[in-house]
Amino acid sequence: MYRYSEFDTAFLAERNAQFRAQVERRIDGSLTEDEFKPLRLMNGLYLQLHAYMLRVAVPYGTLSSAQMRQLALLAEKWDKGYGHFTTRQNIQYNWPKLNDVPDMLDALAEVGMHAIQTSGNTIRNVTADHFAGAAADEVADPRPYAELLRQWSTDHPEFQFMPRKFKIAITGSENDRAVIKAHDIGLQLVERDGVLGARVIVGGGLGRTPMIGKELSEFVAFDDLLAYLEATVSVWNQIGRRDNKYKARIKITVHEHGIDAIRAKVNERFLQVRPQFKGADMNLLEEIKGHFAAPAFREASVASFESAYTNDPVFRSWVDTNIAPHKNADHAIVTISIKKHGQTPGDATAEQMRVMADLAEEFAYDELRISHEQNVILPHVHKSDLPAIHAKLKEHELATANIGLISDIIACPGMDYCALATARSIPVAQEIATRFEDLKLEHDIGHLKIKISGCINACGHHHVGHIGILGLDRAGVENYQITLGGDATETAAVGDRTGPGFAYDEIVPAVERIVEAYLDLRDSAEETFLETYRRVGMAPFKAVLYPEARANAA
Amino acid sequence: MARAFTPKVVTANDLLEGDVIYQTEDDSWSRDLSEAELITDEAHAQVRLLDAARQANKIVGAYLADAIAGDKGPEPTHFREDFRRTGPSNYAHGKQETSPQPRV
Repeated sequence: MYRYSEFDTAFLAERNAQFRAQVERRIDGSLTEDEFKPLRLMNGLYLQLHAYMLRVAVPYGTLSSAQMRQLALLAEKWDKGYGHFTTRQNIQYNWPKLNDVPDMLDALAEVGMHAIQTSGNTIRNVTADHFAGAAADEVADPRPYAELLRQWSTDHPEFQFMPRKFKIAITGSENDRAVIKAHDIGLQLVERDGVLGARVIVGGGLGRTPMIGKELSEFVAFDDLLAYLEATVSVWNQIGRRDNKYKARIKITVHEHGIDAIRAKVNERFLQVRPQFKGADMNLLEEIKGHFAAPAFREASVASFESAYTNDPVFRSWVDTNIAPHKNADHAIVTISIKKHGQTPGDATAEQMRVMADLAEEFAYDELRISHEQNVILPHVHKSDLPAIHAKLKEHELATANIGLISDIIACPGMDYCALATARSIPVAQEIATRFEDLKLEHDIGHLKIKISGCINACGHHHVGHIGILGLDRAGVENYQITLGGDATETAAVGDRTGPGFAYDEIVPAVERIVEAYLDLRDSAEETFLETYRRVGMAPFKAVLYPEARANAA
Repeated sequence: MARAFTPKVVTANDLLEGDVIYQTEDDSWSRDLSEAELITDEAHAQVRLLDAARQANKIVGAYLADAIAGDKGPEPTHFREDFRRTGPSNYAHGKQETSPQPRV
């Protein structure tokens, strides 16, 4: 876990003091809203539909129990007793008062957290594989490099007024759990001839023009990587379009110039930038790595786990669904679902946050993670502790066994909170989850990812959902478009639109028809929804979604 | 031809609380849409919006929102304004907590 240096602490204290003064000047009338808005956004403060919203960064999704407890305190003291975990591993508070925000930021600084660059045209919170440092399949823990990127990008003088926002994701595994191909830059750690480096993907992104990232370089060694990234962002900062907000992201730059031309420009710029990196970054990386050293995994018998697994069917179902393999065979990675059927995806109450913090402290070497799929993870748990963890989770409505299943839905806040939204997403997610819970079909359906966005900006990642749902405003009425076949992993793909959208009260039945069709079409219970879709294509799903069109054509 | 003017209310967010507010005829601000001034004249609407913009140390982001006359005062014509006058649909937070705003 990264511990702030004196520099970090002093920097944050100064920044928070500046913001406190800015808030005072806004309230006493010395600053207009036009002057204040960019300042508040730089500190993560939005004004949404019903209230201000504070977006706090959880860098690379990693939290200690003390940090989680502090997030709970903020929820209780200055909000309505809960927080919302987002698809960028952040937490959002939906109801802060302007006067309270400086105190909230000071409280965050006490535990080494901030809201800097969670908004604005800057490099945003760097996201990482939520299983980092624990996954059985990783080359190296990507978080030290993510922390280096956080320090490099925070207040970077060249990158404060870019054409648009810029998002970086990093993973240490071939199996991509960080959606690196849908980021402005995606990094996959790879080792070549004993040297650690990264494969660099550029120009991915969702939003109104979804694009799958392209390979900019198959390997950049660590000691050149920061210079290479600086060169990449710098090229885009210079030639990225500022005339049209919708064409400003690097995906459009890559698309318009072509990946080969961009690569040539980056290489040229890299040669200029490289001499400025004299190794200080590598010394810093070495120091940061020390903060992320793996815990001393305890050794104990797993007999109690095996006995509970054999004898308790509820525990077994939870283990089968919510537990992933750990690099240490006696340990496991626990994903805590904060998506009990009918609840708002990603919301956790202050009490639930404290319970998860307590579990992390007692059983999980004091570590928690937030996933971009809006769940909470205990990355290192000895298997013998799983029954006790499960029992505690059950008491607090946190033991839902639905990870990777149809009710494990990503949903953006949508029209219920967001000023940009064109339709609601949360109630659609709630109703889909409740419907399939009633049908008791969830485990039979198996691996199926539904992702819902309430506007074209695609915070809910709908383009890469196996079933994607996009809420729009059609002539003053909520309308939902469906895409099928999206994929957020290393085999990333943008989903295909089925056809005309569905009204609010038609969208859940439409999803049900798609799922019924899949159950009829699949080869066996082992063939997942995505595999079936890739085999049979769109036609049979269109037929069940739009039966009247077929009748008319006949 | 310019589109016919449809009735409007002036709405904004409160600077300190951040919540939704509506301009009233007596030039104060109400949390309740039904107490808002329903403006039926386009020129008057522009004047009232300017009146609102001058109160920059109290409010944020004033704009004209479509509304229609209802039994108890102005009502929204678009679902976005219906959410703004009520609160989110996943919890009974926002204006639902204080003054009930039944969704029609």
